[in-house]
Amino acid sequence: MSTLSSFKRNILPGIVFGVFILAVWYFISYVMLEPSKRFLLVPPHDVWTSGLANPAVLMVLLDSLWSSTRVAVIGLLISTAIGFSIAILMSQTPLIERALFPYMVALQAVPILALVPLISFWAGFGQTSRIIVCVLISLFPIIVNTLFGLQSAKAGAHDLFTLHNASRWVRLRKLMFPAALPAIFAGLRISAGLSVVGAIVGDFFFARGEVGIGQMIRQYSSELAGAELFAAIILSSALGVSVFLIFGWMSKFFVGKWADTQ
Amino acid sequence: MSHTRGGAEGEPAPAMSFRNVSMTFPDGTEALKDVTFDVRRGEFVSVVGPSGCGKSTLLRIASGLTQKSSGDVRVSRENIGYVFQDATLLEWRTTFQNVTLLCELHGYPKARQYELARKAIELVGLQGFEHHYPKALSGGMKMRVSLARTLTMQPSIFLFDEPFGAVDEITREHLNDETQRLFQKERFAGLFITHSISEAVYMSTKVYVMSARPGRIIAEFDVPYAYPRTQETRYGPDFGQLCARISEKLRAA
Repeated sequence: MSTLSSFKRNILPGIVFGVFILAVWYFISYVMLEPSKRFLLVPPHDVWTSGLANPAVLMVLLDSLWSSTRVAVIGLLISTAIGFSIAILMSQTPLIERALFPYMVALQAVPILALVPLISFWAGFGQTSRIIVCVLISLFPIIVNTLFGLQSAKAGAHDLFTLHNASRWVRLRKLMFPAALPAIFAGLRISAGLSVVGAIVGDFFFARGEVGIGQMIRQYSSELAGAELFAAIILSSALGVSVFLIFGWMSKFFVGKWADTQ
Repeated sequence: MSHTRGGAEGEPAPAMSFRNVSMTFPDGTEALKDVTFDVRRGEFVSVVGPSGCGKSTLLRIASGLTQKSSGDVRVSRENIGYVFQDATLLEWRTTFQNVTLLCELHGYPKARQYELARKAIELVGLQGFEHHYPKALSGGMKMRVSLARTLTMQPSIFLFDEPFGAVDEITREHLNDETQRLFQKERFAGLFITHSISEAVYMSTKVYVMSARPGRIIAEFDVPYAYPRTQETRYGPDFGQLCARISEKLRAA
């Protein structure tokens, strides 16, 4: 009974809204668009039959999705490593924090598009450049959240560690880092999503070598292949959503027992 | 007064000694001025004073967390216990893990850590809550965990910084009794900061009244009741009179 009512309360509204969107979609495809223009918004079942459920198309899409996933994951790993190091450094010395912080903010403000020529100049038009885009786009939230988390340990707890002669390393490992975990996961969740965006956007600019899902999106769009285009968009959204969910679960798993996470 | 002086040992050197201690913060605020007193082992000394009078600064100086500006402080710091205003538990550790923290920081072997933690948890009556995280504990229980954590150090000096200010009246009375029982058992040198006069009188062998900032000691009261003190002590007529006398001094501060 209670699972049923929680279903009604939490899941049902989303399903109803999904059905509503499908209805609007059909309405636009069949009522608003003339048959000659229907390729602009192909009806949902066409996206299914000639896109997602079409083995030839699906194979290509999954291959390219896998390539983009790898780019996003590698980018995220690199920006996590860099982000942690910078945040830890900043948390240890206020001087370093003051020296670096303006540049962190500036990095966040630089439009990636403006860096594209420079990235291709240095790293070419292949996967390396796409990874660089992922790193640039996902670095800031990791640094900021990790730093905020490391600084969130309470003054009283720091006093306790001081009283008992804890070394810098012990303080970091047993106090600051665990205290930072909820914020770190919040940051990772944002950055993981951004890294996926970076991988797809990177495909648009750096199209050599392995084919990513972004390239497929561009290709289908230029071929006016509506069904395949929507299938590619749906799959890349699915990647973004899964990444978001995975980090949500990881956060619950690692800190849910003791922290109040949403 | 024999119960306050550790019986046959005579007059050993005080566990804590403050001589003309003054403290001025870098911004010019004078927190303490010319504070002089001793706390011996087996003494439980409370300091009451208006809020912001520098009481907490006194503890921070005693523990070495803050440096005095002038004067002489002698505190044997090798096993000092400090109970903070908040429980200052680490939220990611269970009760048991919080209680072992200090032993861990001092690198005790695991077996010893566990033994001390188990004993401390028993002393504060937290059996059954070893595996609870702080978010599942009430304010009073968190304070007990904090006490237990301090007890694992087997401190000969116990500093309390208004530890029971945030809990409700009933819990506070319970915690007062537990602290008093611990004191009776362990005979440490206690320095207790509070703004509750009745709490100070109930637990202490001696109460000092501190003036508003800059904090100076303006009155000293010996508390004659034998331990263990009970709720009857708290509601007896002379208890009330003593509180009234302290209150009078405090208002003049």
